Amino acid sequence: MDKPSTSRRGLSPRLWLAGGWLLLALLAAIFAPLIAPQDPLAQDLMLERLPPFWLDGAEPGYWLGTDSLGRDLLSRLIFGGRIAFIVAFSAAIAACLVGSTLGLIAGYFGGWADRIISRIVDVWMAFPPVLFAILLVAVLGTGLSSVILAIAIIDWTRFCRVIRAEAMGQSRMDYVENARIAGYGRIGIMLREVLPNVVPSIVALLSLEMGIAVIVEAILSFVNLSISTDDPTWGGIIAEGRLSIHQAWWVLVFPLITLILTVLSFSQFGEALKTRFDPVLR
Amino acid sequence: MLLQRFLIRLLTMLITLFGVAVVVFVVIRVAPGDPIAMMLPPGATDADIARLRALYGLDKTIVQQFFIWLSGVVRGDFGTSISLRQDVLGLVFNRLPATLELAIVALLMAVALGGTTAIIGARERGTAVEAGIDIASGAALSIPDFLWGLVLILLFGVLVPIFDISGRVSPQLDLPFVTQFYLFESILRLRLDLTWDLLKHMLMPAVALALPLAAIISQLLKQSLKEVLDLDYVVLARVKGFSETQVILREALKNAALPTLTLVGVQFTFLIGGTVIVERLFSYEGLGNMAIDAVINRDLPLIQGIVLVFALLFVLINLAVDMMYALLNPRLRRG
Repeated sequence: MDKPSTSRRGLSPRLWLAGGWLLLALLAAIFAPLIAPQDPLAQDLMLERLPPFWLDGAEPGYWLGTDSLGRDLLSRLIFGGRIAFIVAFSAAIAACLVGSTLGLIAGYFGGWADRIISRIVDVWMAFPPVLFAILLVAVLGTGLSSVILAIAIIDWTRFCRVIRAEAMGQSRMDYVENARIAGYGRIGIMLREVLPNVVPSIVALLSLEMGIAVIVEAILSFVNLSISTDDPTWGGIIAEGRLSIHQAWWVLVFPLITLILTVLSFSQFGEALKTRFDPVLR
Repeated sequence: MLLQRFLIRLLTMLITLFGVAVVVFVVIRVAPGDPIAMMLPPGATDADIARLRALYGLDKTIVQQFFIWLSGVVRGDFGTSISLRQDVLGLVFNRLPATLELAIVALLMAVALGGTTAIIGARERGTAVEAGIDIASGAALSIPDFLWGLVLILLFGVLVPIFDISGRVSPQLDLPFVTQFYLFESILRLRLDLTWDLLKHMLMPAVALALPLAAIISQLLKQSLKEVLDLDYVVLARVKGFSETQVILREALKNAALPTLTLVGVQFTFLIGGTVIVERLFSYEGLGNMAIDAVINRDLPLIQGIVLVFALLFVLINLAVDMMYALLNPRLRRG
């Protein structure tokens, strides 16, 4: 399944599209106050449920229409991207650090370290992840840091399982044995010889995990457990859109398209990066 | 050999379940917010609060509470729900069938869809048909069930409203069922009018859950089929004059299915995990939907019970798949 689906040299069109979308969304999120056409929190009951620009009844300046409180949808999506990217980057990196470290230790050292870590992973895998996330955020209290922490606490196993298996495979290779004979210490070999060889997998998983984190944040917002309800989030807009689906379909359609593009881009990006970094495939 | 393998698995399963019980117990007791305060009317005296705390065992230390709860669980007593004031096990058993029906229907769909596309893709290997299947399964896999659910709500609930987007069954219907397995019982009783109504509610959440799994089955089975199709015995069958479809169905599928089977087990637990949010999305009255309410209401006994039942389901599925794999794999069977 690791076959390179696109050309090995140069960037494939799919990677260009994925990278382009992520860059666009990221820049929009960073410069949100400069480019958002309206205040994302401003309510105006005279402007409620305005349709997007190509339909009759649209108002100029409200490109994607408004929700049931008259708030501008495009501006809310742009500001919602801030939360999405903050969660994506921090939660994925935190999960990656914990999971990759434990996976590397379990896979390279084996023995008791592996047994204990693997048992913990088994316990974690027996939790329904979404329920676990909702439970953790309920316990930690809603807020940005709780959401990030909850995702990291749940998803480190994704890194741990893959990196453990890869480190295990690497540590059986001749070069590791040679390094040991050459007199390198165990931890030195793990960091200098094994780690660089599992980096392609880590990078691919990291990109994938960012997509997953965006979804989990959206799910938490959807059940009204993410950050404070004042700040616009993609999941929060979706929850609002789900309620007014028969009156204003656009409130659901646009955040949904945004989420799908973002998730697809992260997964495409991860696959492509893996292919590029992998010394065997390259 | 097989028995030994089974016993070892059973032991690790119990350790895993114990771990889950410890984790969930500790996590929810770290939670701020007093569940007792929420269930009392305003003006309750301190004595009332103390009495209720004692009733739910909340006046003891965490370790004491854990072992009291655990000894109850072993005897089948999961405690009483704080928000619903009912026996937890009864509540769980009342909702579990709805979730199981949804998950099983989704699994069947995923196997049917994934299997068919894998066979077609393997038969048409190297053509545009295979490329099309690859693109479709790639998209189906990358988009999670939550988003598929929303897409389906928009397409078949609003744009072309042919399915129901909320609930498990139309509320005005008179249900003659004795079990909570409404769909299965309606089929057995040949009440196909009710079957249709139940399916109209279940189809979209089931498809949302099925699509990512179907994609995985399709990719993996197609890969295994293509490998098997070059082996001597398959080439021989082809020489004997069987058509390519016959070769795949009669000769290749049996041997190619084994690696897929192992994966489907793990992925089926992911699918069941996905029911939590998909049930919420479609207001489907299953276990996952009740779990979210339990968390919002800080109903500690109910949360513990539901999480443990989910965990039990997960480890049982993994055990079943492991045993099935051992039985079907001739190399393991002989020991």
